[in-house]
Amino acid sequence: MSFKPGRFDWKRELAASSLAAVWLALLAGPLALFKINTSDYSLGLRWPLLLKMAGGAFVLSAVWRRFLARRASARRAAQRGEADKPQGGRGPARTWVDMVMGARYRLQIIGLFILGLMSIPFWASPYVVHIFITALIYIALGLGLNIVVGVSGLLNLGYVAFYAIGAYTYALLNFHFGLGFWLCLPLGALTATALGLLLGFPVLRLRGDYLAIVTLGFGEIVRLVLVNTELTQGPRGIGNISPPAFFGLDLNSQVKPHLLKVLPLMSPDLDMNKALIFFIILALVILTIVAVFRLENSRLGRAWLALREDEVACQAMGINRTRAKLTAFALGATWAGLAGVVFASQVTFINPTSFGFMQSVMILSIVVLGGMGSIPGVILGALVLILLPEYLRSYDDYRMLLFGALMVLMMVLRPGGLIQSVRQVYIHRPAASTPAAPPRQEPRGT
Amino acid sequence: MELFLDLLISGLTKGSIYALIALGYTMVYGIVGLINFAHGEIYMIGAFIALIASLALSQAGLAGWGLLVSVAAAAVVYSAMYGWTVEKIAYKPLRGSSRLSPLISAIGMSIFLQNYVQLLQSPNFLTFPSLVPELGFLAPVSHIVNSTQLFIWLATALIMTALTVLIKFTRLGLSMRAVSQDPDMARLSGVNIDRVISSTFVIGSALAAVGGLLIGCYMRQIDFYIGFLAGMKAFTAAVLGGIGSIPGAVLGALVLGFAESFAAGFISSDYEDAVAFVLLIVILIARPGGLMGAAQTQKV
Repeated sequence: MSFKPGRFDWKRELAASSLAAVWLALLAGPLALFKINTSDYSLGLRWPLLLKMAGGAFVLSAVWRRFLARRASARRAAQRGEADKPQGGRGPARTWVDMVMGARYRLQIIGLFILGLMSIPFWASPYVVHIFITALIYIALGLGLNIVVGVSGLLNLGYVAFYAIGAYTYALLNFHFGLGFWLCLPLGALTATALGLLLGFPVLRLRGDYLAIVTLGFGEIVRLVLVNTELTQGPRGIGNISPPAFFGLDLNSQVKPHLLKVLPLMSPDLDMNKALIFFIILALVILTIVAVFRLENSRLGRAWLALREDEVACQAMGINRTRAKLTAFALGATWAGLAGVVFASQVTFINPTSFGFMQSVMILSIVVLGGMGSIPGVILGALVLILLPEYLRSYDDYRMLLFGALMVLMMVLRPGGLIQSVRQVYIHRPAASTPAAPPRQEPRGT
Repeated sequence: MELFLDLLISGLTKGSIYALIALGYTMVYGIVGLINFAHGEIYMIGAFIALIASLALSQAGLAGWGLLVSVAAAAVVYSAMYGWTVEKIAYKPLRGSSRLSPLISAIGMSIFLQNYVQLLQSPNFLTFPSLVPELGFLAPVSHIVNSTQLFIWLATALIMTALTVLIKFTRLGLSMRAVSQDPDMARLSGVNIDRVISSTFVIGSALAAVGGLLIGCYMRQIDFYIGFLAGMKAFTAAVLGGIGSIPGAVLGALVLGFAESFAAGFISSDYEDAVAFVLLIVILIARPGGLMGAAQTQKV
């Protein structure tokens, strides 16, 4: 950081920030200044609010410009070759993920981490357990969508439809026929897969954005059908969905008292069914991670990557485009179906409002924000996007406002996502004397 | 017959408003290749500015056509300013990055603007005044066509004509066509790409603002959420007609308006919103480039 204080032209900065403040005041003017009185439709004036907003804009603009200037000067310094010393985690530096994955005891580290996660229900409050179940569901959803969007490059804006289908499969089978969770888990996944194939066949020959809008339309159609049919009880939804069974034991009355005796830290208010669901979704997420990781390095996974990079070249190499696309689409749907069944058992009451377009957007944001195609990125993205609104709850009214602003900001600062996926590059070495070149890792470009 | 005529008229009215919004989508997509998710919010902001301006100006003593014209002017100017600012903040820094990053940024902007209006004004529906003065000569047929509807058709037709003239015959229009065909070549030929993109956002937002004003006059109520569904449908209309094509957007919007209106009348109003998407899927499967989009051949 060779930022010379002498170059800081405070007059110019002041002028620029003032201009930003004036522009924002002008822009927000009518909406902020006038308050429509809803009883008689008269207008009230709010000068203090407008002044506050202008002041806020001034400060934000000053900070922002300062930040940009620092970044530009750091970049200039790096170009001049002065940046030998490490710079606070920027650039293609090794992230903690690489460090863990490269460590000698990585299996032990991961195992300890999983054990740590598994202990959560035994000391955390029911609220924390609930939030973690939600976060884990979104991790499963994000990883599923990652196969479709991140790895295969098929923009799916109606992913939530498959999630809804999974959830409703369980809810309806449970409501009408009393089928249990364990039977419905594969059934929900199968139904979602079947619908994924059904939608996939006709639409997969569409290109990028057309595919996006058709999947969006599909999501809306599914939601509208859920709202308007008698079978799904419309907007009233379906309640009293039974929790997963555990070897015929009633967890709350038969198991919890014993556990409470041994585990003093465990919260007595905790619903043991929630704890069971926590373990189920945790197992599901681990299974997903392993599956996705193995898939990425398989023949099919490489076909997906080729499909994303260049469809024509990929076909020319003899990859069956339709089959690769369909498997990606259907596998993504499968995971959404699984997550949907778990979601239905977690909340025990579902209605169509849980499956709106905003949910699709949320899952897509997890994938893009975390870093497309990167497994740790998706996990981090899900944690940020699910936990952030919870932390922002104290600013209740401003929660979604800040959330939107942060989404824009994150994209502007790190367009490639929080953890960019690393692509393996094989270098051709002509000399036969050297041993086979290890795969070099390079950050993925645009 | 009466029902048929009613549905035809409401379809045309809705289609006209969709067309005004769809143009913004299609122009932006044609030039920067971005689905501008925040466009629906610009339309919503246009409607809110129109409401506030109409309340303020009618207090100041304006009425009749004078009021309508000044309200429209305020909505257009403000929405254009919003469109310009949104492009500068959320899209310009992301130019040249992957295709999905600007999309997420656009979605974030859309969430931000919705909540911004909700916090500053109201989370509830607000009544919108009928700004279009009654036209005397329509009195005999007022049960079929009212003056608001007639005004919506005329205003839309006028704006479409003006836009066509702008695209076909002005220097700005020429640069816009050049950038949409080949940005690099356009830059080499001395076109200021940044200015063209800004102008596209400004023009698209101004059209959306007119749409917002007109929907307010027609539906007589607005809230902070109207931009979402309208934006999705307008985008559907743009894709339906072949995205990037201006006559296509108008055609797609009218087809959508009629289809929705007839579906609501003859099938069930529950599925009115689903019609747009079913139609979209059917048409795209039959004609993957949209109604007026050229079939795209990919060169290697």
